[in-house]
Amino acid sequence: MPTRDEIFSKVQSTLIDALGVDDEDVTESARLSADLGAESIDFLDIVFRLEKNFGTKIPRGELFPENFAAAGTSYVSNGTVTAEGLKELKIRMPHADIDGFAKNPKVENLQELFTVGMIVNFLERKLG
Amino acid sequence: MRWIWIDRFVEFEKGSHAKAIKNVSLAEEHLHDHFPGFPVMPASLMLEGMAQTGGILLGDVNNFERAVILAKVPKVSYHGWVVPGDTLTYSAQLANVSDEGGMVSCTAHVGERLVAEAEIVFAHVTAESGNGAIDQKSFVFSMRLLGVMDVGKAGTGSK
Repeated sequence: MPTRDEIFSKVQSTLIDALGVDDEDVTESARLSADLGAESIDFLDIVFRLEKNFGTKIPRGELFPENFAAAGTSYVSNGTVTAEGLKELKIRMPHADIDGFAKNPKVENLQELFTVGMIVNFLERKLG
Repeated sequence: MRWIWIDRFVEFEKGSHAKAIKNVSLAEEHLHDHFPGFPVMPASLMLEGMAQTGGILLGDVNNFERAVILAKVPKVSYHGWVVPGDTLTYSAQLANVSDEGGMVSCTAHVGERLVAEAEIVFAHVTAESGNGAIDQKSFVFSMRLLGVMDVGKAGTGSK
């Protein structure tokens, strides 16, 4: 099983290729959208590259859950993720810092969960 | 002008790779503007040729039932001129395919000379996300794009 440092280093080179960013930008705490400029299609590109570089399959929605904030669920109310939503997020994204997000659980803050460290956590669990 | 930037496939291995050729001719109008007195195949159209080769390779995986849209070109580089009289050979290798889309690695050669290479990401657009406006099957057929696949995979014309 690869060490966290080894995983991080591969994730770093993956993001450099996918997003055209510099290696010093790709820190554990860097957010994919706000800091590294990732747009929606980049997430697909990132998943493809991670699969190739780590020799694993990442099923749809496993790393980056989809449609979480869709209408008609009880996960979101008035632009805020509900207690039930937070519980669901913990199930869907055990690799993300949901407790940190819970301090200000606005829907627009959901993308803050998508950090480089989150990807490393995900792969550490998956490959472990 | 028809938006078809490959002339025919010379190899096609479903779900794996494909090779298409494009003959560059001085009869093509745009070469006289690109550039006057110095006609060279526009780099953007070589990218389009690689995308058509790779896009059809990906579309074929789902029998053209999913709309395949060029989403992103993470990498493209060019290494030389392509001039009238040259035959471009576009090779596309399917690197990844999933429910959401696919990725291809492509090269363009003139003879043995590598003139361009690219990585291209395609997205599968659903009827909902595409506002129902895209019908890949009719798109491919109305463009007569599949005609370029009439040559068998051995490249001899046998099917």
